[in-house]
Amino acid sequence: MKAFAVALLLMLATSVAFGIDSGDDFPDPVLQARYERLIHDLRCLVCQNESIADSNAGLAADLRREVREMLRAGKSDQEILAFMTDRYGDFVLFRPPFVARTWILWLAPALLLVAGAWIAARIVRQRQRLAREDADDSDLDAGSA
Amino acid sequence: MIPELGHFALILALCLAIAQSVFGLIGAWRRQPEWMAVARPAVAGQFVFVALAFGCLTAAFVGNDFSVSYVALNSNSALPTFYRVAAVWGAHEGSLLLWIFVLATWSLAVAALSRSLPDTFIARVLGVLGVVSAGFMTFTLATSNPFLRLLPPAVDGNDLNPLLQDFALAVHPPILYTGYVGFAVAFAFACAAMLEGRLDQAWARWTRPWTIVAWMFLTIGIALGSWWAYYELGWGGWWFWDPVENASFMPWLAGTALIHSLAVTEKRGLFRSWTLLLAIFAFSLSLLGTFLVRSGVLISVHAFATDPARGVFVLTFLTLCIGGALSLYAWRAPKLGSSAGFELWSRESFLLFNNVLLVIAAALILLGTLYPLFMDGLDLGKISVGPPYFRAVFLVPMLPLLSLLGVGMHAAWKRARLADLKRPLLIAVIVALVVALTATLWFFGRVTVLATVGTTAGLWIIYSSLRDPVSRLRKHQSLSAAVLGMSIAHFGVGVFTIGVAGVEAYKIEKDVALKPGQSVTIAGYDFAFRELRNVEGPNYHAIEGEFDVTRNGQLVRVLQPQKRVYRVQTSPMTEAAITVGWTRDLFVALGDQLGNEAWSVRIQYKPLIRYVWLGALLMAFGGLLAASDRRYRSVRVTEPLPTGSTARDAA
Amino acid sequence: MLRYLLPLGGLAVLVVFLFFGLHREPSIIPSPLIGKPAPPFSLPSVTDPSRQVTNATYRGRMYVLNVWGTWCVGCREEHSALLAIARTNVVPIVGLSWKDDRPLAIEWLKQLGDPYVECAFDADGRVAIDWGVYGAPETFLVDAQGRVIHKHIAPLTEAIWQRDFLPRIQAAAGTRP
Repeated sequence: MKAFAVALLLMLATSVAFGIDSGDDFPDPVLQARYERLIHDLRCLVCQNESIADSNAGLAADLRREVREMLRAGKSDQEILAFMTDRYGDFVLFRPPFVARTWILWLAPALLLVAGAWIAARIVRQRQRLAREDADDSDLDAGSA
Repeated sequence: MIPELGHFALILALCLAIAQSVFGLIGAWRRQPEWMAVARPAVAGQFVFVALAFGCLTAAFVGNDFSVSYVALNSNSALPTFYRVAAVWGAHEGSLLLWIFVLATWSLAVAALSRSLPDTFIARVLGVLGVVSAGFMTFTLATSNPFLRLLPPAVDGNDLNPLLQDFALAVHPPILYTGYVGFAVAFAFACAAMLEGRLDQAWARWTRPWTIVAWMFLTIGIALGSWWAYYELGWGGWWFWDPVENASFMPWLAGTALIHSLAVTEKRGLFRSWTLLLAIFAFSLSLLGTFLVRSGVLISVHAFATDPARGVFVLTFLTLCIGGALSLYAWRAPKLGSSAGFELWSRESFLLFNNVLLVIAAALILLGTLYPLFMDGLDLGKISVGPPYFRAVFLVPMLPLLSLLGVGMHAAWKRARLADLKRPLLIAVIVALVVALTATLWFFGRVTVLATVGTTAGLWIIYSSLRDPVSRLRKHQSLSAAVLGMSIAHFGVGVFTIGVAGVEAYKIEKDVALKPGQSVTIAGYDFAFRELRNVEGPNYHAIEGEFDVTRNGQLVRVLQPQKRVYRVQTSPMTEAAITVGWTRDLFVALGDQLGNEAWSVRIQYKPLIRYVWLGALLMAFGGLLAASDRRYRSVRVTEPLPTGSTARDAA
Repeated sequence: MLRYLLPLGGLAVLVVFLFFGLHREPSIIPSPLIGKPAPPFSLPSVTDPSRQVTNATYRGRMYVLNVWGTWCVGCREEHSALLAIARTNVVPIVGLSWKDDRPLAIEWLKQLGDPYVECAFDADGRVAIDWGVYGAPETFLVDAQGRVIHKHIAPLTEAIWQRDFLPRIQAAAGTRP
């Protein structure tokens, strides 16, 4: 009786832990790889910052099902993502789109790297000049670190 | 009675903290020795009362005093005693008290172990620490009092969130906070230096060990959190780029840059602006993290219960603290010139690149974490920035950093003679690449770009970090704790990199539907689902599955994942079963019961994942060794020359 | 030397954003459907499976779509408000029972009252996904041309109805009902 109660509880309650995908794998490994990438890129909207791959919410399971069906129907990744954003907006994408308002986000790595390189170059050049003027090494100890 | 005692103790502690800051800072400003002399005893008194307050709250938990609202919300009489203590910091109010307690402990340590420092300087340091303490205590007493009574008392408590009823998660906050809060010491040292108008090599030598120890705790704290998430959250992931995780990682990056920048300042009196800014940034990012977790501004699995009023308070405090420090910086930094020079290829240069790259990494993570907020604030819609973004973007500064690390370790100060090293290091890269390719092909059957790059970099860094200590030992030269610590820490970076490359490139995660009696094969291991049974725990019931894991017919392990239902909170919890090995982890977790006796099961093969945490622990151990170096323990101090330029340490 | 003031400037910008962020709701997601045609659906009715409920019926008329479930606590909260709004007879309220248990839903409507002119039964959640539903209760306002003109997430109250829905209904209708 207790076992039944526990089983019942477990069946009815919503898990707080993680999502298990109970569909079968795609026979085609390329499709399976695309599927896994897509479900990790889509956000579960009812959860606290999880992808639909990791979430156990009902909505996440429904969305995974939609992705499966669209992949089977031969849709491209863009079409599947567009399906989601048409209904939920860009919020559903964990990988932000590359549009005008996210340029800073996506270009930041390159921009910062360039800026950092420029700053470093300036400092090095200045110090190189000072090193040449200052040939006295008495400010260094014998040891390192 | 006891909660009221604790409450009163906290109020007294606040008074002492205010005294500490007022007398410390004004005393130093006015050069009044009697006033400055109040600081140390104030710190000691503050510590005693904070400890008392913390002790009272703990006593309320252990004694199941459900007339205290916070205890009723977070504990339960069936909760094992160990977790009753851990529940003290299980939610917002108690975790703030923990923050305050940790800060009081650090302040006490600074007060006790700094006899050799000039009085005005130490008075200022303690004064700044007092300001921070007072701020947090005021916040706690005004908005987040853990001692509030619940009348009539609850019959029993709500129980601690089952996710938190775990050893690793019990110790994770204290260790993490010791790190986070420890950066307040570096911050205080920086503020004191700016207030004095003196920032020299001696200052850097004083600041370094404190910063390294704080950094060490933060490293361990983050590693613990990652390890816990891996086995407890049931996803098998070890890092999610969640806003709160990022909030702890950014101070770590700034802290890493800081300890390296301090090396340059100590040795050559250079990079003083950088070091100051980094000291301010590291603690600011800690404060920012505290704000983000408690304000409801960002969505996160880790967030505490949110309240905008609390958010406003923390934000105001943050603004005053950081704004004050940055104003001091704007005032003092322009005068911090130096005429020391160095060549393009020199240790200073490499550490400059190191600073730049680590700051870029922290900035990118900050941008990604806060971007949704910026967009929403400007009414540009809601977007999400998640792991796909962070993973891609984090590599941009990290790959150059890893490549430079192997060389930079050997660069000498001012003028590095790298010509001798060029050949051995180049050969090492080629060997590392060959080993990486062969190993990945041999063990996993396929090669990926990232795995190859990561493994090569990791192996190369490991080789590079061992070169120096090994050659010194061979020549019977002395090996100081600092050098050994540095080598071990960098060795740890290499190990970590290999772990990450291996697990991310070659992990296998499968969700299957299995009935008892069925089995599935993954990565050469057979997982046979034997049976399902019921078990009873101290405060939960569970359904347990038994899996026999075999390889080539030989039994590797019997795994028993559970699906628990805690009696009080009735939220189901998955307890994954993991078998650990030198080369891989195998991970089994129960999902949901499907129709006709089948269960959904998540099985994972995680190669090399242990090296992720082993690498982090090695980094922390290296830091510990480095901080224990003899030169930090020398007690003599002569008053360094008061100047902004290349002051040479006369000690 | 202005560059030394840069960090302070950066802090100011950050704090301003964070301050405004405190008063935002990060988990309320605006609907991309606003201004777009309502997704068409044709589903069996909850009460009578042989009957189809379709929004083609409402072409030329405004209507409200309310997504609910017996498992949803907020839906229970808003139910009496829905009944009151239905009684004012301004626009028809169509229900969408989202991934619910049919007998339970029928029982709920019988016991608590039925504010819906008709209620569709979305067993597998596909229609809800088409409408961008992510957390019940959600309420949509559709105009006579079949465009979604407003979405409200969270339990509906009469105050919210008067503040957000009625003005839009009146503006679209052009006359007082």
